Amino acid sequence: MTPVLSVRGLSVDYLGQGGAARAVDSVSFDLSSGEFLAVVGESGCGKSTLLFAIARLLSPPAELAGGSVTFRGINMVAMSDKQLRALRWSALSVVMQSAMNALNPVTSIGAQFADSMRAHGERDKRKIRARSEEVLRMVGIDPVHLRSYPHQLSGGMRQRAMIAMALLFSPELILMDEPTSALDVVAQRSLMVQVKQLQAQLGFAVIFVTHDMSLVSHFSDRVLVMYAGQVVESQATQRLFEAPLHPYTQGLLDAFPSVRGPKAVLEGIPGSPPDLSRLPAGCNFSPRCPKVMPACLEEGPGLRNVGEAEVRCLLYAKQVPGRRPAAPAGEEALRA
Amino acid sequence: MPDVLLEAKGLTRHFRIGGLRGRSLHAVDDLDMAISDREVVALVGESGSGKSTVARLLTMVYRPTKGEIFFRGKPVSQLRRRRDLLAYRGQVPMVFQDPFSSLNPAHTVGYVLTRGLKLHRRELGRRERQAEAERVLETVGLVPPAQVMSKYPYELSGGQRQRVGFAQALSYRPKLIIADEPVSMLDVSIRIGLLNVMARLRDEEMVSVLYITHDIASARYVSDRVLVMYAGHLVEYGPVEEVLQEPVHPYTQLLLSAVPDPRAPLGVTPPDVGEPPRVVDPGEGCRFRWRCPLAAQVCSQATPRLELVSPGHRAACHVNAPASTSTIATEVGS
Amino acid sequence: MATAAAEQRPVPFAGELWQRAKGGTLGRLLKAVMSNRKATAGLVILLAFSFLALFPGVVAHDNPNAEVYPPSLGPSAAHLLGTTAYGQDLFAQLVYSTRQSMFIAVVAGGLATVLSVAVGVSAAYLGGLADDVLSLVTDVFLVLPAFPLVVVIAAYSKNGGDSILIAVLVVTGWSYGARQLRVQALSLRNRDFLVAARLRGERSWRVIFSELLPTMTSLIVAIFLGTTIYSVITAAGLQFVGLGNPETLSWGTMLYWAQNNEALQAGSPLWAIMPGVCIALLGAGFALLQYAFDEVSNPALRPVRRRRRR
Repeated sequence: MTPVLSVRGLSVDYLGQGGAARAVDSVSFDLSSGEFLAVVGESGCGKSTLLFAIARLLSPPAELAGGSVTFRGINMVAMSDKQLRALRWSALSVVMQSAMNALNPVTSIGAQFADSMRAHGERDKRKIRARSEEVLRMVGIDPVHLRSYPHQLSGGMRQRAMIAMALLFSPELILMDEPTSALDVVAQRSLMVQVKQLQAQLGFAVIFVTHDMSLVSHFSDRVLVMYAGQVVESQATQRLFEAPLHPYTQGLLDAFPSVRGPKAVLEGIPGSPPDLSRLPAGCNFSPRCPKVMPACLEEGPGLRNVGEAEVRCLLYAKQVPGRRPAAPAGEEALRA
Repeated sequence: MPDVLLEAKGLTRHFRIGGLRGRSLHAVDDLDMAISDREVVALVGESGSGKSTVARLLTMVYRPTKGEIFFRGKPVSQLRRRRDLLAYRGQVPMVFQDPFSSLNPAHTVGYVLTRGLKLHRRELGRRERQAEAERVLETVGLVPPAQVMSKYPYELSGGQRQRVGFAQALSYRPKLIIADEPVSMLDVSIRIGLLNVMARLRDEEMVSVLYITHDIASARYVSDRVLVMYAGHLVEYGPVEEVLQEPVHPYTQLLLSAVPDPRAPLGVTPPDVGEPPRVVDPGEGCRFRWRCPLAAQVCSQATPRLELVSPGHRAACHVNAPASTSTIATEVGS
Repeated sequence: MATAAAEQRPVPFAGELWQRAKGGTLGRLLKAVMSNRKATAGLVILLAFSFLALFPGVVAHDNPNAEVYPPSLGPSAAHLLGTTAYGQDLFAQLVYSTRQSMFIAVVAGGLATVLSVAVGVSAAYLGGLADDVLSLVTDVFLVLPAFPLVVVIAAYSKNGGDSILIAVLVVTGWSYGARQLRVQALSLRNRDFLVAARLRGERSWRVIFSELLPTMTSLIVAIFLGTTIYSVITAAGLQFVGLGNPETLSWGTMLYWAQNNEALQAGSPLWAIMPGVCIALLGAGFALLQYAFDEVSNPALRPVRRRRRR
């Protein structure tokens, strides 16, 4: 089955006074139809930049530095603005982190939905109205709120309205940039469940960027863990939580105190993420890695297959790199 | 029996909000709480719960509308003299949430620490201040302290800045540190380090901490007791393990069911969508009743009181902790 | 471990310039300035004018006031810009005028800035009734027009000279900056570090001077530069209509005398044009420095040089 999205060697640079900092370093993955991919990492890892690069929403000083993004077989990197606009929202839409930043505060929700639909050629007022009401119902908001302004809705409702807007044209892929981080835990849970339900109903694929790994633990099919611009681990969600391979992933999982399980003293990961314009020699994670070896300081490891997973760590360097056996649908990730 | 350090009785804070009808926002209503020696107490609540207002009331940034705060038995909310206020603030300092705005970008770490010491530990001379500043930096894990002293905030990471916040509070030799969501804005892998610092403060420096947070998991990790707030009211409190394993108040139960725990299977998701609490002119009655699956007639008529569930554990719910319970259970050594 | 990892998030105020200046030597400040093209250009212009103001004799060898030469000569080797209708060497006049013009501009700019800071920051910090009163006063002065004010004052003071000029500039120039400072101070007032300073036990005046103002230096310097530009140009305009002492040597008074003698029509165009050019150039020097200051304190404004890709 051809993947909905195919990213190969995508790199993004931030141009600054002292040269370029590589915010995203040669990221590759495939996304199948209806798959929920979580991209997880901490500040400065490049996950949001990656998302914007895929959606071709980068603006200076960020610049695409190489790679390809193939959506439905067409390379988006090579598309013109006009082609991109046609593609945006109809086939691919984006949900931002803060609805208050993304929604126009001086127009009603309904007016913004209508704007969006008109921009894609729909002129019939009744059809616009009908579709707007339909998407609001889908996310659990009473259609009477088409008349409301963003500030009249609660935070959770605003995020749902954003998702409703993203669904207007039944896209195949929705990119979400930390859509729940401004919400409280009950609203967060409710939103995640809602997104999952909609996915089951409508069949779109999701790339979900977040810093909170535990949030996606029950909802994503696969997780991409990023550190300092690189993918350091990529695995099916359940397996990642059961047996994380990369020391960073292990450290990250250990940093979540448990609510229900046994109480234990945790350590977290000492130090802080590196300055992207001054990366250490060798492996980016080596200064903080509890399992660092002398070889780690010399050579930056490449992404290798370990069973069904991909890891960027010299601990697994003895594994023979090669073609993976054919995997079940939903997990086809070719080597970078 | 541990000493009671800080006690609040009937603590209330209302804010006037605009409009001709002069509406009132009930940020905190009728709060009773006590913090003892050498314990970490977590105050858990979501947005609109009033927990940040409690922090500001306890540090006297706001004056209470009603009620009183007692520090070691003496009332403090009416203190006016600079000397008295300074003394109190040295005993109950605050650590702020936002590492990017809690330190003045124009001053070095050393300046902030020595200024604080000059104001609160007048008995120290210049060299002693320097030494003490370096000592507290080391206690919070910022080494080498002499180097950190000359750094500006922009040279430090978020986690390091928060540690400086704790160092400053610690330098006053306080009895109780009020930490207002100190780790919420930090990366997950950095949070544990700060939480461990708080535990160390309790164990080694004999300082109590009021840890204000919305994250139950971290509350469980570091605290001895937990207080749960909703819409300005304290709805449940008790020893942390007991409250989290056997929550009595429906809101506590809701919170726990919504917390993602990767190690546990996904439970049934409650239909609650996380509607924000109503705190403007709320009137009598339980403020959770609009979202509560157990809501009964009495819930809209009378505000529930905190009733005893088991020693040290109380909840305010007409249905799960009705008033008659307290006559049966007796509070022993709580 | 205290690794000096620079924070990814941009510094919202004060900026690296201030911190480098405080924590390091003048050399580092100079380096920050030199790395920005606009700042370097502006600085060069201002240094050149400062040199002329301090050592005019080095560059111009004639006495600017001596009316000894043949009048209304054109430019020549002996008189680079020619002479005035009174027989004074124009080049010497221009050079010697630098001192007075710069003095008036910088003093007026400085005093106005001090007043702006005092009123604007107090209004924001004190709040309530004090804020309302101070804001009202600021707004009144904001709409006060300089020229009618001048006419009124000129009618009452015959020989006030340059101090009246400076006074008028300060009175008409402080309110714009005060508004800007008030707005920024308001946005900073509830920042955690100010609350922290009060909780630490600092007295109000100390909070304002040691905690609040240092974080506003970018804006204060920008306002100083802007007010100075305003002073340069307005002073020239006011001197042109005869305020201030017409006997003193400054570009504005040169324009006054040029106008009185109909220099443009009489065939001495340089007399009318050159002082104007100098005023514009001095203003530009301050303006370039102001742009550069914005860029240094807010990295988002920096020009991004696009790399040539293969």
